[in-house]
Amino acid sequence: MKCFKKFLFSVVDLFRKKEYDAAVKIQSWFRGCQVRAYIRNLHRITTVIQKWWRSYLGRQEYRLIVKFASCAMKMNFYNAMAVRIQRRWRGYRIRKYCFNYFYLKEYLRAVSETNDAIREALEEFAEMKEREEKKADLEREEKKRDYQARKMHYLLSTKQIPGVYNSPFRKDPDPWELRLQKAKPLTSQRSKAKPKPCISLSDWLACTSARSFPQSEILPPIDRKQCQGPFRDITEVLEQRYKPLEPTLRVAEPIDELKVARGEFRRQEWMRNVNDNMFLPFSSYHKNKKYIPLMNSSSKYGPNSYGSQHFRDENPKKWICDKDFQTVLPSFDLFSKYGKLYSKAGQII
Amino acid sequence: MSQRQVLQVFEQYQKARTQFVQMVAELATRPQNIETLQNAGVMSLLRPLLLDVVPTIQQTAALALGRLANYNDDLAEAVVKGDILPQLVYSLAEQNRFYKKAAAFVLRAVGKHSPQLAQAIVDCGALDTLVICLEDFDPGVKEAAAWALGYIARHNAELSQAVVDAGAAPLLVLCIQEPEIALKRIAASALSDISKHSPELAQTVVDAGAIAHLAQMILNPDSKLKRQVLSALSQIAKHSVDLAEMVVEAEIFPVVLTCLKDKDEYVKKNASTLIREIAKHTPELSQLIVNAGGVAAMIDCIGSCKGNIRLPGIMMLGYVAAHSENLAMAVIISKGVPQLSICLSEEPEDHIKAAAAWAIGQIGRHTPEHARAVAVTNTLPVLLSLYMSTESSEDLQVKSKKAIKNILQKCTYLPALEPFLYDAPPNILKHVVGQFSKVLFPWIFRYASAESGQLSTTY
Repeated sequence: MKCFKKFLFSVVDLFRKKEYDAAVKIQSWFRGCQVRAYIRNLHRITTVIQKWWRSYLGRQEYRLIVKFASCAMKMNFYNAMAVRIQRRWRGYRIRKYCFNYFYLKEYLRAVSETNDAIREALEEFAEMKEREEKKADLEREEKKRDYQARKMHYLLSTKQIPGVYNSPFRKDPDPWELRLQKAKPLTSQRSKAKPKPCISLSDWLACTSARSFPQSEILPPIDRKQCQGPFRDITEVLEQRYKPLEPTLRVAEPIDELKVARGEFRRQEWMRNVNDNMFLPFSSYHKNKKYIPLMNSSSKYGPNSYGSQHFRDENPKKWICDKDFQTVLPSFDLFSKYGKLYSKAGQII
Repeated sequence: MSQRQVLQVFEQYQKARTQFVQMVAELATRPQNIETLQNAGVMSLLRPLLLDVVPTIQQTAALALGRLANYNDDLAEAVVKGDILPQLVYSLAEQNRFYKKAAAFVLRAVGKHSPQLAQAIVDCGALDTLVICLEDFDPGVKEAAAWALGYIARHNAELSQAVVDAGAAPLLVLCIQEPEIALKRIAASALSDISKHSPELAQTVVDAGAIAHLAQMILNPDSKLKRQVLSALSQIAKHSVDLAEMVVEAEIFPVVLTCLKDKDEYVKKNASTLIREIAKHTPELSQLIVNAGGVAAMIDCIGSCKGNIRLPGIMMLGYVAAHSENLAMAVIISKGVPQLSICLSEEPEDHIKAAAAWAIGQIGRHTPEHARAVAVTNTLPVLLSLYMSTESSEDLQVKSKKAIKNILQKCTYLPALEPFLYDAPPNILKHVVGQFSKVLFPWIFRYASAESGQLSTTY
């Protein structure tokens, strides 16, 4: 019986155990489901929180990215616009100030124009110089020929004798002939316009004074034999030797004395005159009367000076000097020897 | 009686001395007699006659000595060794103008041969006396003194400095203003000799007021005077920019250009030297010359003369073109390149050809436009032949090579480059080929990248 009880207890125990195990299994499974559901819930909640947190972070980052991207885009745009402006400015600057092509062309054109002008001016200058030289040469030639013609003036042909250059067998006279006709005769000793020192008489008188004879400093000693005498008084001799000149009136007065005296007279009158006008007639009877000159001495064109002012034919081009003949009236020495002759004729004793 | 005989002896001696010294002076004018005179010991005989009582004998003896010393430097050395110079200098101060002229002539004749002899003259104190002679009334004395000073100053800078220290510069400037043409010439030549050595000497001459008077005398019709004046101005202007600017400020342009048309060759040469010395300093001065039309006048002048007269003109064109490309273009449009290539081909002398080659190189080296203008005139083959020819001097070869190289590096005008492909040496050929590649590569690239890939045969 114990065995059976044991056996029964074992079977029942086994059955109880089986039921117990089954119940435990069922409970554990259920508890497991519970816990799993709980954890699942927790997971779900956690995921939701994390999801929201992550989206928040992501939006923040997105905002930053957008900000930077928009900044960069704006800056690129500004830079591009600035480059556009700078490009235009740089082009303008280079083309206007650093290398202005049109200025350069203009400058080169101006340079070539100046060159042409200078070339022309220099050509003209050279031509002018040549012309001047040629002219100077021609003038020299002309002067030489003129001088020769003047020297050969005597070869001029006269009415009787035909000259060397005027051969009767020629049709026309040689051009030298015409030149000789026009030439002024040459005097052998021409002095060119030098003012001749006018030697008046007083200068000659001065040179006869005792001082003007040449005297050596040391006279050579006179070493010769004594001259045979009687001798005149030495003072007399010296008086005679160094007697001053006593010229005649004709020589002492200048040859154009008349003209000089007239001039002197006129000067004195002019000095004395208060008024320079000539006398006027007293009455007005003759005021409007016209002077009728002589028929013999007047020509078609007015009174002729020939016969009153000059009495000979004048041809100034043929004069040897520059002046005409002078009219001179030398003084006559009627009384010049008065009191200077040796004879005592006529002296009041 | 005996007194007269004694006096007669003295008279005869005096006549003999006079005759001797006059005959020696006359014989000394012929070069063939001088050897004989020297062998006969004329120097020792003339020396005591310088101290003679009679002034005429002194003067004629000085004149004879001058003529002898003029002939060659042995005689001049004999004059120096014979202690004649101190006596001359001493009596220069107190004698009449004929003696002064003769003594200044002796000093000039001695001083012209070598620097040592000129130094001997300076050492015996002649400079002060010569400067005193420059203040004399007689223009002949002034001329002789100025000539002597000019010859002394010619040799080197120390002697020039000594002349200037003696106070000659202001007096020479006064001499230039005198009316006598010969005196003006000599004074201008003396100033030119003084100022050629260094900038300080040139500055001293300028400070004495020389430039204004020299500039006025450019208009004088006498051609020898113009030579000396232009030479003096160019010696002043060559030293520095400031001096060149001062010369330009004296308003010599455009008057100087008329001197380029003068009949006398040396006037042309000196005028082109003056313009060259001014142009070489700065681009502004070159521009001034170009604006005044100087380039055209210079090109005409080069065309009208031959030989060494052309050389300063050619160098002037080179200097102007070297400064900048605008100036080089100005030279090109004034038709300078054809003229230079004529010079290059027809001149016989090598140094002139070298100068022309250098000038052409300076014109063509700036941009392809310039190189093309040079290449069109067919100058490059001439340059190449000068470089290759064995007869050309080394200087000519170097300069033509440089010119070819500089022009080729910018040349894009292919018809002118083609002949080079055939007969150029390798060192030039590489430049030629490089240029071809530069021109043709864009074409090749464009056509190769198009669909057909064919080279166009038209250029």
